[in-house]
Amino acid sequence: MTKHIVTAFDTDLRDLLLKLAEMAGWVERSVEVAVDALMTGARDEAEGVIANDDRVDESDREIESDAVLLIARRQPMGDDLRVIVSSMRVSQDLERVGDLAKNIAKRALIIDGSFQHRKLARGVESLARLVTSQLKRSLEAFVERDTDKADEVWRHDAEVDALYTSLFRELLTYMMEDPRNISACTHLLFCAKNLERIGDHATNIAERAIYTRTGEMVAADRPKQDELGVDVPEPNLPN
Amino acid sequence: MSTQIAETAEPAATKPAPSPVNDVAPGGTTITDTPPESVKMKGVGVNVFYGDKQALFDIDLDIGERQVTSLIGPSGCGKSTFLRCLNRMNDTIDSCRIEGDITIGEQDIYDPSIDVVELRARVGMVFQKPNPFPKSIFENIAYGPRIHGLADSKSDLEEIVVTSLQKAGLFEEVKDRLEEPGTGLSGGQQQRLCIARAIATSPEVMLMDEPCSALDPIATAKVEELIDELRENYTIVIVTHSMQQAARVSQRTAFFHLGVLVEVGATDQIFTNPRDARTRDYITGRFG
Repeated sequence: MTKHIVTAFDTDLRDLLLKLAEMAGWVERSVEVAVDALMTGARDEAEGVIANDDRVDESDREIESDAVLLIARRQPMGDDLRVIVSSMRVSQDLERVGDLAKNIAKRALIIDGSFQHRKLARGVESLARLVTSQLKRSLEAFVERDTDKADEVWRHDAEVDALYTSLFRELLTYMMEDPRNISACTHLLFCAKNLERIGDHATNIAERAIYTRTGEMVAADRPKQDELGVDVPEPNLPN
Repeated sequence: MSTQIAETAEPAATKPAPSPVNDVAPGGTTITDTPPESVKMKGVGVNVFYGDKQALFDIDLDIGERQVTSLIGPSGCGKSTFLRCLNRMNDTIDSCRIEGDITIGEQDIYDPSIDVVELRARVGMVFQKPNPFPKSIFENIAYGPRIHGLADSKSDLEEIVVTSLQKAGLFEEVKDRLEEPGTGLSGGQQQRLCIARAIATSPEVMLMDEPCSALDPIATAKVEELIDELRENYTIVIVTHSMQQAARVSQRTAFFHLGVLVEVGATDQIFTNPRDARTRDYITGRFG
């Protein structure tokens, strides 16, 4: 796209997007490290994620205030307006993803990655793989303004939901098999829920990518699976 | 003339198609909204020449009734020229020649049988620089209705003056000094006096050529508020260099460039998601 007549406008916009990209990098990394800590029980990794979250929050505040200043100063229109508003929204989504990663890291510290837990957590690991790829692709779609990629992320969210639902069943089964699993599985269930939420944020980011590129809001009726429909297996009660 | 109508209603559920930027042949107008339900004025195939130089190329534009249409574009793009065609102000320029049809209602305004003075009472105009007559505030308003024979008695005339000033939101500020010269008012008040003067002849359409560019922000806000009120009863066409102003006051926006009408659409759409690359570059401040 051609440059603005006022070059400072281009500089401000570029700085805003760079800040957002940097924040996105931290958040992506936080999710990966938190899940890794959950699997391996690496305490220093988990603590690193928790400590980093302040920096992510600060980034979100900075992006919002930069965006507000840009709007006040330049009265952006068209694409510029869309990209600035979307940056604020994406930054907010990333901030929430950071919080969810932090929560996973905290739970990693509690359940402490023993061998037994690692076996139970295998399903969570595959959900994490899918969700981190969703997040990565949604951010790529936003940066590249690639509507095809964004569309793909949007569609794949149903997969995340389905995987979460089956994980829910699986963890419940573990709990019923052996009540000693209940504590770890409860934490894992929350981690799975957090990952599912991260998937939703990735979808939001994908929607912002489409809006930024086309100016069209994506309709709300995304393919969605309701986890409340999950049947809880009946425990085998003694007669 | 090739007029392309871009679909605004995309199939909602799935992914919307990327905006078709720059796929319109130069010369064709991209229309991104459904044309106004009730059309007050209509330009069809309007070409304007100043001597040998062509200023407007094949303009088709509908002006919706009781709405504000803003004409935007860089200096020299032809937006003021088009505005001035709508009440034949261009007639005053000898070298100016106009082709095509411009109608108000069903009437061709360039028909030889049309009385231009009467046309200009129906299609009033407000200029960039407030230009009150060097007469009293009262006389500024009374002049038009008097020469057009709109008032039968002195009390009729007084009523027209008062209601015109009221409609222009100026009455409270000047009611105790109607006999003082109009030129003694502040710039913003003078501009509203000129709007009141235009209202006094009960026009159907009001043309405004950058009505706020000589005013401070507060006076500008008052005129904008006034435009918003006037649109209940009048059809307004405004030329403005302030895109924010166009975005604030108008419902429909037409973007002119190099004498061509590039894009017309709902104002909300034009300023958030224009279709033509030239419109996009202009509204985002990217014009070379």
